[in-house]
Amino acid sequence: MRIGLVCPYTWEVPGGVQQHVGDLAEALLHLGHEVSVLAPCDSETELPPYLVSAGRAVPVPYNGSVARLSFGFRAAGRVRRWIREGAFDVLHVHEPAAPSLSLLACWVAEGPIVATFHASTPRSRALAASAGALQPALEKINGRIAVSDAARKTLVEHLGGDAVLVPNGVAVDRYTEARPLDGWPGEGGAIGFLGRLDESRKGLGVLLDAFDILGRERTGLRLLIAGPGDTAEVRERVAPELRDRVVCLGRVDEVDKVRAYHSVDVFCAPNLGGESFGIVLAEAMSAGAPILASDIPAFSHVLREGEAGHLFTTGDPADLARGAAELLDSGERREALSHAARAAVRAYDWRTVAADVVRVYETVLPLERRQGPVTAGRQEPV
Amino acid sequence: MSEWISTLALAVAAVVLLSAYVSWRAGRLDRLHTRVETAYAALDAALLRRGAVVLELASSPALEPASAVLLGDAAARARRAHGEGRAARELAESNLSRALRAVLSEPGFAEEMTVPEGATEDVVADVEASAKRVMLARRFYNNAVAGIREARSSRLVRLLRLAGSAPMPEFFEMDDEPPATAPM
Repeated sequence: MRIGLVCPYTWEVPGGVQQHVGDLAEALLHLGHEVSVLAPCDSETELPPYLVSAGRAVPVPYNGSVARLSFGFRAAGRVRRWIREGAFDVLHVHEPAAPSLSLLACWVAEGPIVATFHASTPRSRALAASAGALQPALEKINGRIAVSDAARKTLVEHLGGDAVLVPNGVAVDRYTEARPLDGWPGEGGAIGFLGRLDESRKGLGVLLDAFDILGRERTGLRLLIAGPGDTAEVRERVAPELRDRVVCLGRVDEVDKVRAYHSVDVFCAPNLGGESFGIVLAEAMSAGAPILASDIPAFSHVLREGEAGHLFTTGDPADLARGAAELLDSGERREALSHAARAAVRAYDWRTVAADVVRVYETVLPLERRQGPVTAGRQEPV
Repeated sequence: MSEWISTLALAVAAVVLLSAYVSWRAGRLDRLHTRVETAYAALDAALLRRGAVVLELASSPALEPASAVLLGDAAARARRAHGEGRAARELAESNLSRALRAVLSEPGFAEEMTVPEGATEDVVADVEASAKRVMLARRFYNNAVAGIREARSSRLVRLLRLAGSAPMPEFFEMDDEPPATAPM
């Protein structure tokens, strides 16, 4: 199948949508499809081979902040040329409600169009005000995908209609193999945490309280904490005699993040709630780390009710400490959980997710398979 | 005796002259206040008009939807900030100026939005005119504010409280640079 993907945000800027489009493109290529991605780019060099640049995005006030977007008739002309040259069987636009390339692609194109909605924002009057301008372009979409329940809810509230749910995938292969960080996990065992330090929902406080119990019982046990936030404040919370066994890495890059997952005997996800999926958990599972997680519904679902990771009572440091002790004492149990986690996370691998997306493509394709590709339609220049 | 009378007459004359002067200064202050109010009403009207014309442009079927959404969003925010205090309004109106400049200066805008020969309505020209009017109105308003702030800073005015309880007018700070469409 020839597939055209449109990303509305600058390719080089890190962001959820860009990452999603890149991972999806690679998974689709792996499944044997032909893929071209159109996105705003700052430079024309060092781009992946499937990427086509739509020029630089322009900073403009939108939705209460300054966003970098691609708009205007010249950008629309570039989209038109890309569609004409690509002759795609299906056009897949991302975040088409944002005033950028994806919206322009909907405006220009005629033929099978699939759209993925990423954002989840509370109902706002501004979006309602622009719905009138969006409607004619968005009406051309044949199949709608939402990446989460929240995104789907936003879509229903703002624009009406429904969407099928296809969650974000995890690039499992990226996490499978890595060298542990130097000196880790060490003789006395190590517990890992990754997430924002200052966001109480991530539950770092519960883990620190548990370490206050565990660290005294086990003199060699160390804690490896990665994530942005005030590291001094975290160390302050730990009893002075345990402090030198708590290592804060701060914000880590992609490579060190993967190495960190491989550097611990137990990976702990003590979240108090609010996670819809738990991308961090899925990454740790891909790395084969034995998981110790709170029993919030999202986590028990991903961990198959405790089969692929040990669950403890949410917010209970004593129960966390008991679970951690059990895992730390049994290499056999850790091994079993590691295997189970690697197997369970396959369901969230991008290749599995991409196959679901292809099913959506197949649904919107006309029954007469060669009715012709997506065209630049009636918006042809005179 | 006559010397005493002439001294009194001089004193009376001085008091009369002084009060006449003070009353003139008070009257001038009053006029300056009125000028500020008139200028503010003009600025307010110019901003509201610009918002309305931008919304009209945003709903033009000739405009591509991404620009339409940007303009619609900025104009809607400016309109809502109308009742939210000076700072919020200054920010929202500045953002509208920036969004207008970004959209109108994109290459291709001028060609695509050119009205056919003989058409009576040209919404782009209306937008440009209303943006220039905002710039003028703001300049006049800020001039009036500067005038009264200077008048009120004098020792006499402060000593005699000639301005009464009238609040000190504030400058309207915003980015009012009007858009320039890219050359054809």
